[in-house]
Amino acid sequence: MAKARVKVPKTAKAGEIITIKTLIRHKMESGNRKDKKTGKLIPRHIIDKFTAKYNGEKFFWADWEGGVSANPYCSFTCKVDKSGEFEFIWHDEKGEEYTAKAKITVA
Amino acid sequence: MSRKVSMNGRGRKRAAVVASLLLAAGLAGYGASSAMACDACKGKYEVDGRKSGYLFATKETQSIQDDDFINPGMLWVEKGRELWTKVEGEAGKSCASCHGEPESLRGVYPVYPKYDPKTEKLINIEQRINRCRTEQMKAKPWKWESEPLLAMTTLIGYVSRGLPMNVKIDGPAKPFFEKGKEFYFKRRGQLDMACKHCHYDFAGRYIRADLLSEGRGGGAFPAYRLKWQKIGSLHRRFKGCNKQIRAEPYKPGSDEYVNLELFVKWRSRGLPVEVPAVRR
Amino acid sequence: MSMMKIEVIDRRTFLIGAGASAATLAALSNLAHATPDQAAAFLAKLTGGAQPAEGKVKLVMPEIAENGATVPTEVSADSPMTEKDYCKSISIISTKNPKPHICTFHFTPRSGKAVAKIRVRMAETQEVWAVAQMSDGKWYIGKTTVKVTIGGCGG
Ligand code: HEC
Ligand code: HEC
Repeated sequence: MAKARVKVPKTAKAGEIITIKTLIRHKMESGNRKDKKTGKLIPRHIIDKFTAKYNGEKFFWADWEGGVSANPYCSFTCKVDKSGEFEFIWHDEKGEEYTAKAKITVA
Repeated sequence: MSRKVSMNGRGRKRAAVVASLLLAAGLAGYGASSAMACDACKGKYEVDGRKSGYLFATKETQSIQDDDFINPGMLWVEKGRELWTKVEGEAGKSCASCHGEPESLRGVYPVYPKYDPKTEKLINIEQRINRCRTEQMKAKPWKWESEPLLAMTTLIGYVSRGLPMNVKIDGPAKPFFEKGKEFYFKRRGQLDMACKHCHYDFAGRYIRADLLSEGRGGGAFPAYRLKWQKIGSLHRRFKGCNKQIRAEPYKPGSDEYVNLELFVKWRSRGLPVEVPAVRR
Repeated sequence: MSMMKIEVIDRRTFLIGAGASAATLAALSNLAHATPDQAAAFLAKLTGGAQPAEGKVKLVMPEIAENGATVPTEVSADSPMTEKDYCKSISIISTKNPKPHICTFHFTPRSGKAVAKIRVRMAETQEVWAVAQMSDGKWYIGKTTVKVTIGGCGG
């Protein structure tokens, strides 16, 4: 299932700070909601960790709680100096991991 | 400042109520909040005085819609693309087997619902998709408001983005259009209100914290509602609007709602397809 | 804004409206809310008791959020982002959500800038804090208030 979308510029100049946008499909069930029918709390189920790597280097990561909206969007920056690959990893607290990759050419 | 608003209509109870209760943010008309869009957008979302719901959203909500990348509705477009090439059913076919690229269906969304000679009533996009599933693919129809049906409908809307809404209401569609129109103007529910009360008479004003739009939405759905935290169909929106006035909602996909859809989409004529729109 | 009288609809309308709004609010946050005290306690735990200084970190949220379920938010810190001097992290803390901690972003010099955008849930109108830690161990705080107008009749 197409879970994640990432947007990384295809090309950049050495030393440029680029903006990266990421979006993933996830309910981010906060654990604070009640089921309308049963009145019971819906168990928490969220993505609790997001990691971004550039040529293997972990340069940005985030800890998320139930206060992050459903279908989390996150954007951040990276200073690039050589061509290579980005890797993005979303870790779901049930242990599942989703990854996405994107290449960049740095001139 | 003190202003009076009254709704014309046949004899019914009237009570003076304190503004903060009904029109929460004050009895403010257009422009009272950050809700009005930039002038450049206006040309696109306003046609012959008809305004898209886009113009009644705050600029933050608009900016979520404006950037395909930030717009979470795009996740459903992508899901739709995946389903497009998925072989299902006894005929061993996918949508792509017959239609090629989804873009080949550009221009389809703005003209639905339309008259269907086979059933002698209207057919909307969701029903058209399911017809291909049952008749062409020999697969099970998708349930209303199910993930796959929403995703595929969103994809079909998306490939027509920017095209003007353009449904036909004459010829065999006429009687159905008339029924939809009647629905729109008919009072119902414990509150004895019609669609038109909120979306004609009160458009541009606040009902509690909600700025009322003109209720066009013809080119917007399936839309990502911040409240739903997902994509939902126009019929789901209708259900919500019916429930607000304590009226029994109809079933999504019912003849009543498809007829109403034709009327609402005709009210949106000329407005651009903006699927997946983002609404609060 | 002054009080205004309107003649409109019958009385039940706004009662329904009020009810729906309460229900929406309840759905978003039907548990006991955090209090500014709990937020302060979380902050103290985060900084190990250090009192963050005002400034250097910025939190941008809409003044009025149309729906508390999805509030666009941007955090940034004023930092050169060099090996010697960079912003290590920024946390977003709510003073009224069921849980004070919303998220924490971690940066490195490779980030280039200490800036991130995310969308968050806001249970009600409240003050929100962004707390940053610099590589020298110092803490900074920036605050903003967001008014949440949960559509009472949004269906
Ligand atoms: C076996 C071939 C076949 C398959 C598979 C198929 N379709 Fe169709 N589809 C058709 C034909 C034939 C028509 C009718 C064309 C016409 O009326 O001009 C049609 C019409 C449509 C229309 C209406 C087009 C219009 O101009 O009004 C839509 C929308 C559509 N299909 C969507 C889909 C989707 C989505 C799928 C996959 C779930 C699908 N179809 C699978 C053959 C197919
Ligand atoms: C009590 C007032 C009320 C009534 C009556 C009402 N609606 Fe709505 N409607 C709303 C509110 C509030 C919204 C969300 C804000 C907006 O777009 O106006 C809305 C939104 C809509 C939208 C989405 C517009 C967009 O572009 O996002 C459509 C379409 C709509 N209504 C159609 C209808 C129809 C059809 C009826 C009659 C069955 C109806 N409404 C009755 C209050 C009402």
